[in-house]
Amino acid sequence: MLQIKNLHASVDGKEILKGISIDVKPGEIHAIMGPNGSGKSTLANVLAGHEKYEVTEGEIFFEGENLLELAAEERARNGIFLSFQYPIEIPGVSMVNFLKTAVNEHRKHKGLEPLTASQFLKLMEEKKKVVEISSQLTNRSVNEGFSGGEKKRNEIFQMAMLEPKLAILDETDSGLDIDALRIVAKGVNTLKSPHNATIVVTHYQRLLEYIVPDYVHVLYNGKIVKSAGKELALELEKKGYDWIKNES
Amino acid sequence: MIETIKYTATEELADLFTQNREIYNEGCPDFMNRKRSEALDKFVKTGIPSRKNENYKYTDLRPVFQNDFTVLPRYVQQQIDLHELFHCDVPQLNTHLVLLINGWYYGHNRKIGQLPNGVVLGSLNHVCREHPHLIEKAYNQLAGISDDPIANLNTTMAKDGLFLYVPDDVKIDKPIQIVNLLYAKENTFAVQRNMFVLGKNSEATIVFCDHTLNHNYYILNNLSECFLEEDSKFNFYAVQNMHNGAVNNTHFFADLKERSTLHTNTLTLNGGLVRNNINVKLNGEYAHADLNGLTLADEKQHIDNFITIDHRVPNCTSNQLYKNILDNKASGAFSGRIHVLRDAQKTEAYQRNNNVLLSETAEMNTKPQLIIDADDVRCSHGATVGRIDEDALFYLRTRGIGEKEARLMIMFAFADEVLSQVNIKVLRQRLEELVNRRLRGELGPCQTCSFNFRKP
Repeated sequence: MLQIKNLHASVDGKEILKGISIDVKPGEIHAIMGPNGSGKSTLANVLAGHEKYEVTEGEIFFEGENLLELAAEERARNGIFLSFQYPIEIPGVSMVNFLKTAVNEHRKHKGLEPLTASQFLKLMEEKKKVVEISSQLTNRSVNEGFSGGEKKRNEIFQMAMLEPKLAILDETDSGLDIDALRIVAKGVNTLKSPHNATIVVTHYQRLLEYIVPDYVHVLYNGKIVKSAGKELALELEKKGYDWIKNES
Repeated sequence: MIETIKYTATEELADLFTQNREIYNEGCPDFMNRKRSEALDKFVKTGIPSRKNENYKYTDLRPVFQNDFTVLPRYVQQQIDLHELFHCDVPQLNTHLVLLINGWYYGHNRKIGQLPNGVVLGSLNHVCREHPHLIEKAYNQLAGISDDPIANLNTTMAKDGLFLYVPDDVKIDKPIQIVNLLYAKENTFAVQRNMFVLGKNSEATIVFCDHTLNHNYYILNNLSECFLEEDSKFNFYAVQNMHNGAVNNTHFFADLKERSTLHTNTLTLNGGLVRNNINVKLNGEYAHADLNGLTLADEKQHIDNFITIDHRVPNCTSNQLYKNILDNKASGAFSGRIHVLRDAQKTEAYQRNNNVLLSETAEMNTKPQLIIDADDVRCSHGATVGRIDEDALFYLRTRGIGEKEARLMIMFAFADEVLSQVNIKVLRQRLEELVNRRLRGELGPCQTCSFNFRKP
C-alpha cells in the first residue's frame, strides 16, 4: 500500500529526515516512536503533503502512485488521512459545511454523486457514535473553542466520515486523559479493516496498549534505528530512549 | 433654462454655487437655503481635504474633483422608465422599493406598498415644501456641527434625497429598500441628502444600495441625518456596488435618545474610491449602537471607513466590527474614534478591526482611537492585519478540499462574521450570496451593470 524509500526531507534548508524506508501493507498497524525532535511529525506532514517540507531525496508510493507528485488535497482524496497533533481552529467555517465539502470532494473523486443534505446528516449521525462526539461540537466552527481532548476526538470523527485507506495519527494521545484515550482508540479500532492501514506516531507506549501495532519503528535523529514487533514498544517503555540513543 | 453646468476646476466649486445660487435656492424653503450660505463659508475655509487634514490622512480627495463633471441643481426628467432599466441584485426581498436617480427622488417611483398610518416616505424636497414642520427644526442639526468639508459641501448644494418619518409607536415590518442610481449622459457630481426621523418606540429598516448604471465618472456625495427618539430601533444596511472608476462619499450622522438602538452594516463590494463617515452621538441613557462594516476590494480600489462615536451620557453601549479583505493594489483605511465624555459613566464601548491582505501590494491603515474622560467605563479596541492562515489552509486541504475552495471557505468565514450581524434572515442570505460571488470573482461591477442594464 505505502512504500517509503530512502526518504530525505528538510525544512528551511535543515535536513530532518535522513533516509527513511518503511513498507506498509493493507490491514497493518505501524507505530513510529522516538524522542522529541527525532522527525516523527515531519514524517507525518511529509506524507500528508505539507509544502513547508522539501523532499530532497527518495520516493513515496501509495498504491503504486508517486505520492510526491500529488497535492495535499489529492492525497486526501486518494485515501490518506492525517490526524493532526495540533488540530487547527478555523473560526467561521462550520463543521457541517466543512465536512460536507470534504465528503463530497471524496465522492466526486470516486465518481459518485454528492450526498444530499439529508443523506449527509444521516451519515454524520451514524459516525458521531463512533467517537461519542456530541452535536454541540458538530454544530460549531471547526475546532473553535474545543478542548484538547475534543479536538482529538474530532480528528477521529473526521476520519470516520472520510474512511481513509491510510490513517496517520500524529501524537493523537497527547493531551488526552485516560477516558478520552479509550474513546479515541475505540474509534480507531472500530474503523480498522483488512483493507486499510494505520500509522501511529507517538512518543509514549500508552496508546499502543489500546491500538496494538504489528510493527514498531524507532525514529532517532531522522533515521529508523530499530524495527521490530509490538514487544519493542514495551522494551522502550522500560528502558527509555537513551538505550536506543546509545546503541545507534 | 440651464439644465446642467459644466465645470472643470475644483477650486471653483464655490464659484459654481455662488453664481448659480438662485437655481440652488429655487424650490427650497428658506431654512434650507440659509444653511447653504453657512455651510459654504465653512467649506471654503477648509477646502477639499487632502492628507494634510488629519481626518483624511489616508484619503486625498483633491484628485476626485479634478476631473470634468456636471452638477444637477435641478431634477432632470428621465427619458426611460428606471424600473425597466434597473433590476436589483438583491431581489426577493419583500421590501418597499424606492429609486433615487443622481441624488434625486425618482419622479416615477411606483406606488410604495402599504405603509402604516402616519409614515411619511418620499422626496426630501417634496416634504420640505408640503410638511416643512417635519424637517425644519432638525435639518442640518447633526451635519451642521461637523467641520467635515464634504459634509458642508453637501449642505451647500443638496436639494433632494430621501425622507422617512415614522410616528411614535409605529413599526414598519418590511425593510425599505432605497436604490441610489447613478445614470447620466455625462460625468456627474451627484449630491443627495437624506433624513430619517424615528418617533418614540418606533422601528424601521432601510436597505441602501448604490449602483452605477453606466461607466461615466460619478462622484456621489450622500449625506444622511438620523434622529432616533426614545426606545426607537433603526437598522441601516448599505450595499455599495458602484463601478471601480466611481467615487462614493457617504456621511451618516445619528443622534440617539434614551434606550434607542441603532444598527448599521456597510457592505462595500465595488467602487473606486469609497469614503464612509459615520458619526454617532449617544445622547440618551441606555442607548445602543452597533456599527459593522465589510469591505471586499481589489484592483486599485480605495476604501476608507471613518467612524466616530461619542458617548455623551452614562450607561450607553456601542460595538464596532469592521473587516476588510484586500487584494491586488487595493488599499483600505479604518479609523474608529470612541470618545467617552466626562459624565458618561458605565459606558461600554468595544471596537474591532480585522483585515486580511491577499497580495503583497495591498495596503491597510488602521487607527483605533479611544478618548476616555470618564473613569468607570469598559472599553476595548483591537486591530489586526494579516494574511490567510496557511495552517488552516493546509488543514482543509488534508481533508480533500481543493486549495481554491479552501481559500474561499476561509475568506468567507472571515467575512461572514460581519454578515452574521445582519438580523433580517432573507437579507443576510442575499448578502452572503453577494459576498460569495464577489470572492469568487463572479460579481464585477461591470457584470452587475450589464446584468442590470437593459438597453432601452
